[in-house]
Amino acid sequence: MNQKPLVEFQNIYKIYQMGDSQVRALDGVSFSVYEGEFVAIIGQSGSGKSTCMNIIGCLDIPTEGTYLLNGADVSKLTDDEQSEIRNQTLGFIFQQYNLLPRLNILENVKLPLMYKGLKESEQTERAMEALNRVGIADKCHHKPSQLSGGQQQRASIARALAGSPSVILADEPTGALDSKTSAEVIAFLIQLNALGNTIILITHDNSIAAQAKRVIRIHDGKIIYDGIPAGDSIIRSTVLLQKEGTV
Amino acid sequence: MKFTKTVQLAFGSILSNKLRSLLTMLGIIIGVGAVIILVSIMDGITGQVTDAFESFGMNNITVSMVSRGSTRYIEPDDMYEIIDKNPDLFTYCTPNVSLRATVKAKNSSDSENASVTGTNEAYDKINQLTTEQGRFLQFIDVEKQLKVCVIGTYYEQEFFGKGKALGNTVKINGVPFTVIGVLEEKADSSENSSDQCIYIPYTVASKLSNNRFISSYTVTLTDANKLEKAKAALEKNLTKILGSSDFYSIIATQEILEELNKIMGTMKAALVCIAGISLLVGGIGIMNIMLVTVTERTKEIGIRKSLGAKKKHILSQFVVEAATISGVGGILGILFGAIVSFVAGKLMNVTILPSLFAIVLAFSVSVAIGIMFGFLPAKNAANLNPIDALRFE
Repeated sequence: MNQKPLVEFQNIYKIYQMGDSQVRALDGVSFSVYEGEFVAIIGQSGSGKSTCMNIIGCLDIPTEGTYLLNGADVSKLTDDEQSEIRNQTLGFIFQQYNLLPRLNILENVKLPLMYKGLKESEQTERAMEALNRVGIADKCHHKPSQLSGGQQQRASIARALAGSPSVILADEPTGALDSKTSAEVIAFLIQLNALGNTIILITHDNSIAAQAKRVIRIHDGKIIYDGIPAGDSIIRSTVLLQKEGTV
Repeated sequence: MKFTKTVQLAFGSILSNKLRSLLTMLGIIIGVGAVIILVSIMDGITGQVTDAFESFGMNNITVSMVSRGSTRYIEPDDMYEIIDKNPDLFTYCTPNVSLRATVKAKNSSDSENASVTGTNEAYDKINQLTTEQGRFLQFIDVEKQLKVCVIGTYYEQEFFGKGKALGNTVKINGVPFTVIGVLEEKADSSENSSDQCIYIPYTVASKLSNNRFISSYTVTLTDANKLEKAKAALEKNLTKILGSSDFYSIIATQEILEELNKIMGTMKAALVCIAGISLLVGGIGIMNIMLVTVTERTKEIGIRKSLGAKKKHILSQFVVEAATISGVGGILGILFGAIVSFVAGKLMNVTILPSLFAIVLAFSVSVAIGIMFGFLPAKNAANLNPIDALRFE
């Protein structure tokens, strides 16, 4: 293991007030992710995995507990500083791709570089490099709507890669894709990880999670499993359920 | 993020919603157009009035006798003496006698009512008239009280036909006058234009009008800047002759023009303020549509924030977009205003040039309004919470 964790959750709580009742989306979660890891955070809808992802992504702040990203306490940062840290250290891949429909693919990929304040020529150079890596450089002047789902997801991966982030955060990246394209996207993430990129993948799909190096399973806002994925997802589920009883 | 990039983006957003953008701009277009049209028309009218005054001669002073029950008048010789004594102040002087008379060509039965002006040989120089055919009145005509006249092109064409007037006879109140000159066409030779004029020696006019007293003189200055001195000299001499300053009045064309310009200026300012109200309404329209745009593009704002956009990026994007809408509206308004001013000028027969001052003013005000009214929606956008914005559908 490396010296310092990239992502460190220290007893994180996220509590939503819904009328009279409190909803504990995260109920005392602690874990660390180190450089070079490929972690899948898995859970059913409502388990708190999305809240977890939002906090890792500096899009939301915990009600209690400390979140250190690259050693910095995120909850103590201002809005603009959070934007800055997202820009510098995180690359997002969303389920719905979240490409801006009015911009072409190249312009979309250039966005994080633009907010970095890079020169126009350097933005284009790095964006094209990222598009080459995902293999859709020839589509760079198309609008997102002219591309297939798989191609759009590649574009969003290129956008995440372009800024050379420390952590790539993928939120259900295959949720809107067919199984063949899903496999391609996951294979690409595995390949990126092999090249040294740290990847955190959020999914509800056991077979997707099984391809990560490490699995964190969240249930009712608590971590019920944290370790290597078991070979067979069905067996693993059983194991996890047994484990849940003991937590 | 570069400014040009932001503007480019704003144009993209405007073009993606053409009808809505156009309707939003309408307030600004009308406001800017109204400012330009009003200012241009006012300028055109002022210009025309000024030209009219200038054609009377900007260096002219009119001395009028004020009748107060007594019969104190200045004889032409007295007036000439004052002028001759001050060659550094005055150049020309003419008595003016105007009378209404019936005029007709000698062999015609059609007569018409006309205003006939009695003057001397200096009149054409004072009023910058050019005699195209024949000659203007001369000293000898006045001195010998000859029955001669100089006519404008309206009477030339009406009575004799083009080029056939010289040497012919015009009857004024039944008295025959020989045409010795025809003036250059000044307007279009139509009735009631400045081409409808007849000049005869003032000595003759005075007799025709049965009034041997001259009630008005026109004097020209050597230099417009000497107005004050010239007035003082006139006042001093006239008061001495007439015994009181109550028997005459001195009016300088310059002064009338200055007064007129002041009044026109005040009217123009009032009209621009009224037109400015529609600019304000246009600005509120922009604010309204920008608030809608921000809501519609909440997701986009969320995505941009997740990619690292700071408040200033979002703020400038929306402010620039509002300013671009109002700026484009301003340009369309300028075109609209310029075209309407031009057409109005044609219809009103006034030379109306779109006022550069109005264009610059209206455009900068409209952009400023865009920035002002775009700021609130932009601030709302910049303050959106990224996670709420991202989840927005």
